[in-house]
Amino acid sequence: MDNTSDTGSCCPSDSKEDTGQFIQMIGLDKNVPAPEIREITSLITFNDRLDHFLARWGVNRMRHIVEPGIYKLGNPDADSPVFVSANYTLSFDALRSSLAGIDCYILVIDTKGINVWCAAGKGTFGTDEIIYRIRWSGLAKFVNHRNLILPQLGAPGVSAHEVKRKSGFKVEYGPVRAQDLPEYLKNHMATTEMRKVRFTFRDRLVLTPIEFIHVIKPTLIATIILYLLSGPFAAFLAVVAAFAGTVLFPVLMPYLPAHDLSIKGIILGWLVALPFGISLAANNTMFLWKEMLSLIAMFLIVPAVTGYLALNFTGCTTYTSRTGVKKEIFRYVPYMALTAGTGLLCLLVLAVAHLKEMI
Amino acid sequence: MFNSYEENTLQYYPEKCINCLMCTQVCPHGVFTEGEKHVELTRPELCMECGACAGNCPVQAIEVQSGVGCAWAMINAALKGKDMDSEASCCGEDGCCQ
Repeated sequence: MDNTSDTGSCCPSDSKEDTGQFIQMIGLDKNVPAPEIREITSLITFNDRLDHFLARWGVNRMRHIVEPGIYKLGNPDADSPVFVSANYTLSFDALRSSLAGIDCYILVIDTKGINVWCAAGKGTFGTDEIIYRIRWSGLAKFVNHRNLILPQLGAPGVSAHEVKRKSGFKVEYGPVRAQDLPEYLKNHMATTEMRKVRFTFRDRLVLTPIEFIHVIKPTLIATIILYLLSGPFAAFLAVVAAFAGTVLFPVLMPYLPAHDLSIKGIILGWLVALPFGISLAANNTMFLWKEMLSLIAMFLIVPAVTGYLALNFTGCTTYTSRTGVKKEIFRYVPYMALTAGTGLLCLLVLAVAHLKEMI
Repeated sequence: MFNSYEENTLQYYPEKCINCLMCTQVCPHGVFTEGEKHVELTRPELCMECGACAGNCPVQAIEVQSGVGCAWAMINAALKGKDMDSEASCCGEDGCCQ
């Protein structure tokens, strides 16, 4: 492959003056020495795995960071490929472990410890940062070619023709998944399948810990309040609803009917509440009006909670657009608020009746 | 019914396209496919408005109002009195991105 070729380019290169002004604008001091090239391996150690585990569980969320700079894997020379990665350990480790046996350089840019996909959405995995790091690292001095291989999911933050215009380096988008890189590197062509993002069972499953961690505090508060208002049954149901919305929902998502995540979540809520409703209906020791009120509260609150948690899963999915999410918010959040509010009112009536009995 | 994702802000101007195929390389959903004289917009309903195609089109043949499709971030922004379209962020200590 000719790494210097530039098919499809329609942009004239910037003058040295323009580039100089740009570099000045983004704050690169010409007197700062180029960073040293660090050596790495493709081996994932126990400590790396522990770091990944902690990252997945949200421990020290913003501390899973790789130092920005140039890294060399194996024994690269001036013609070896250069990959670009985020400075998030999971992104960086996925890349280096996929490049086992390949001599190359990895240019790690500063995405503030955020993964490629999210950083691209924020713009931190972006055109300016890449240009800055090319200059800062002195990359042009130790490679003969002018070619960078970026992860495809970094594309939302990057303008390939702008990078080329301002740095002289041509951007080549590799496959979505780092594991496809060895196959991709054979001819620098990605198949249609390599270009498509997936959202597999495993992809969804690894997201569940952080989803559940997010709702622990509100769930604990709700559990205590419900225990005081209605007893252990309602308190346990609060935990089940939170678990269903954050763990069961991601796992079962493709199998739940409808397209909108909120509707899927509401349906899951009904399904989760059903066995509790049956056991409550089978309880003959309760007054009928209390039983009815409890059932109404349950079938209003639980689906509202799971629906809302499901809606919040939009940020983790790989296919929800901002326009669609906004529609979902305006369509379903008022309904969720209304049903949850009505359900809480039913619980309040039950709690008052319970207090009166005690007095 | 119950599909909020049928419409989006993606706009494609085939008359501007120079057939560089950049959009087909960056789109993670196969929205664009290779055509004879220009790229074809095959599955517009799959667009998640990430903006990769528009940002990488050297001739501005594609327009899209890109942004974060994250309800948690949008609702959070709205609750803080911020603009839910432009100021939503799902990253950070308590963010939902991984």
